[in-house]
Amino acid sequence: MFARGLKRKCVGHEEDVEGALAGLKTVSSYSLQRQSLLDMSLVKLQLCHMLVEPNLCRSVLIANTVRQIQEEMTQDGTWRTVAPQAAGRAPLDRLVSTEILCRAAWEQEGAHPAPGLGDGHTQGPVSDLCPVTSVQAPRHPQSSVWEMGGPRENRGSFHKSLDQIFETLETKNPSCMEELFSDVDSPYYDLDTVLTGMMGGARPGPCEGLEGLAPATPGPSSSCKSDLGELDHVVEILVET
Amino acid sequence: MGRRDMADIISTVEFNHTGELLATGDKGGRVVIFQREPESKNAPHSQGEYDVYSTFQSHEPEFDYLKSLEIEEKINKIKWLPQQNAAHSLLSTNDKTIKLWKITERDKRPEGYNLKDEEGKLKDLSTVTSLQVPVLKPMDLMVEVSPRRIFANGHTYHINSISVNSDCETYMSADDLRINLWHLAITDRSFNIVDIKPANMEDLTEVITASEFHPHHCNLFVYSSSKGSLRLCDMRAAALCDKHSKLFEEPEDPSNRSFFSEIISSVSDVKFSHSGRYMLTRDYLTVKVWDLNMEARPIETYQVHDYLRSKLCSLYENDCIFDKFECAWNGSDSVIMTGAYNNFFRMFDRNTKRDVTLEASRESSKPRAVLKPRRVCVGGKRRRDDISVDSLDFTKKILHTAWHPAENIIAIAATNNLYIFQDKVNSDMH
Repeated sequence: MFARGLKRKCVGHEEDVEGALAGLKTVSSYSLQRQSLLDMSLVKLQLCHMLVEPNLCRSVLIANTVRQIQEEMTQDGTWRTVAPQAAGRAPLDRLVSTEILCRAAWEQEGAHPAPGLGDGHTQGPVSDLCPVTSVQAPRHPQSSVWEMGGPRENRGSFHKSLDQIFETLETKNPSCMEELFSDVDSPYYDLDTVLTGMMGGARPGPCEGLEGLAPATPGPSSSCKSDLGELDHVVEILVET
Repeated sequence: MGRRDMADIISTVEFNHTGELLATGDKGGRVVIFQREPESKNAPHSQGEYDVYSTFQSHEPEFDYLKSLEIEEKINKIKWLPQQNAAHSLLSTNDKTIKLWKITERDKRPEGYNLKDEEGKLKDLSTVTSLQVPVLKPMDLMVEVSPRRIFANGHTYHINSISVNSDCETYMSADDLRINLWHLAITDRSFNIVDIKPANMEDLTEVITASEFHPHHCNLFVYSSSKGSLRLCDMRAAALCDKHSKLFEEPEDPSNRSFFSEIISSVSDVKFSHSGRYMLTRDYLTVKVWDLNMEARPIETYQVHDYLRSKLCSLYENDCIFDKFECAWNGSDSVIMTGAYNNFFRMFDRNTKRDVTLEASRESSKPRAVLKPRRVCVGGKRRRDDISVDSLDFTKKILHTAWHPAENIIAIAATNNLYIFQDKVNSDMH
């Protein structure tokens, strides 16, 4: 059971090292809780795809929650697979937790179907999310839930953009991030804040994370593409086509 | 719980306009109508109790082959039409289809036919020597129910509300994104009066959660949203009422902000007062009274179970945070009622500002016993019969309640049991 709401705890500027550590731990526990809430929400959205048409109100509310978390994480600069290292001293447990969360997300889009559902397409939203989250803006997970764009054209171009990204992740140097997204439809992705967070400063974290992505992409991109095809089908069910 | 048990779960409760009849719908698509026995001097103990009057299968499960999805037969809402002749009529709806049912009584039958005998066999004409006029003789009461109209294919999304207009000719049905206006006699077309579906479904962030016509002004209706707002619309203003006449919205309390703020602000039910001057809304933790003349904030807010505020994450995890509780006014608009967990329901007296928590369970309600008020303790001093928050049973939820239009009689649906409580002596709320 979590503490009252998930209000952001104010971390003051403490000069005391212990205080700083305690602050880090507080922030870390909030981040973990928030991440856990995000994961829980994404699982809930997947489990929506059942025999009976999913409850749209519930889906919308969960998706809005996901978006709120993403927006906050984007502002934090934590919207990517590796958590930021603020004071240079990162407690080991925090790194481990983040790694576990990453691993869980990757595993989901690998060989583990969501409970109760055998279809590969259900992994679509999460697998879309994982390689893309490092670079994607808030809109994506919500849109992957029940609608990837009403008219066929929108959906097509959205998928095309995703394909582009996966391809470029495979081949390009992560330092050329800006080039990567130059030809992506701007309405779909608002990358400014995220990119700023990633590009700024001499942080080893982001690049490491991206490099970690590169070797993994051949698998996910192909499964993502097939997932997207099946996701199409699911989306058709949810939308009046 | 097996499928047969689940079919008995009551999904809606509604008194008719006189309170003589009480209809319930369940998950299995059945409607059960109860009738109040007239009070008689001969049997003083059965004063005005409700007995089963009729049972019928309203909706059947369907399969949408195009989408490969089941359409549940669960009855989402029942609304009675005002009675215009000897027959009673009601509208019942599942997620997709609304049906108009006519309920008639037959308590006489003709006897003394010339050509047929009493069993209906043709008589031997040679035995017929004189003619007689058939006479109506009394028989055991038979209640006949027949579907008179089926309003299908009007909704892409799930219907959450229906409401009969005060003009008694039209009614509206609302789903997650649209509201349609129907004429009771016309089934092959409806008019779309509200459409909040965005051009790009990616932009969808808000849905319609409930809707109701004003009790007196046939041009006014209200609909509530998942973001906690109410929109009062005037059908005279435009054919498509996407632009509201009034928007009722309470500003968010920044001190209570959390990731769950929006979810708990989602309005699960909206009801006009009998006077037509106020609206009652239910969100996850509160009931609110709104004055139609004041859009900025509700005039009254009542805490239903504020002790759940610190448990929102768990309630999100087990999906309870998405439970849709209904609310009800009493006949004089002085008391409001709503359900909660652990088979508790709450009543708030708007005048005295007192409130009470009662329980609908077999153990605590023997016939003609007085309901004992309950209390949930949140730490601190604990009285003997208090329930602690952690031992509340969240599977026992009272989502559907109804109040007799004139008297202090309430109907409470507790999963698959219906409780009817009557207030014989007009006692105070404690």
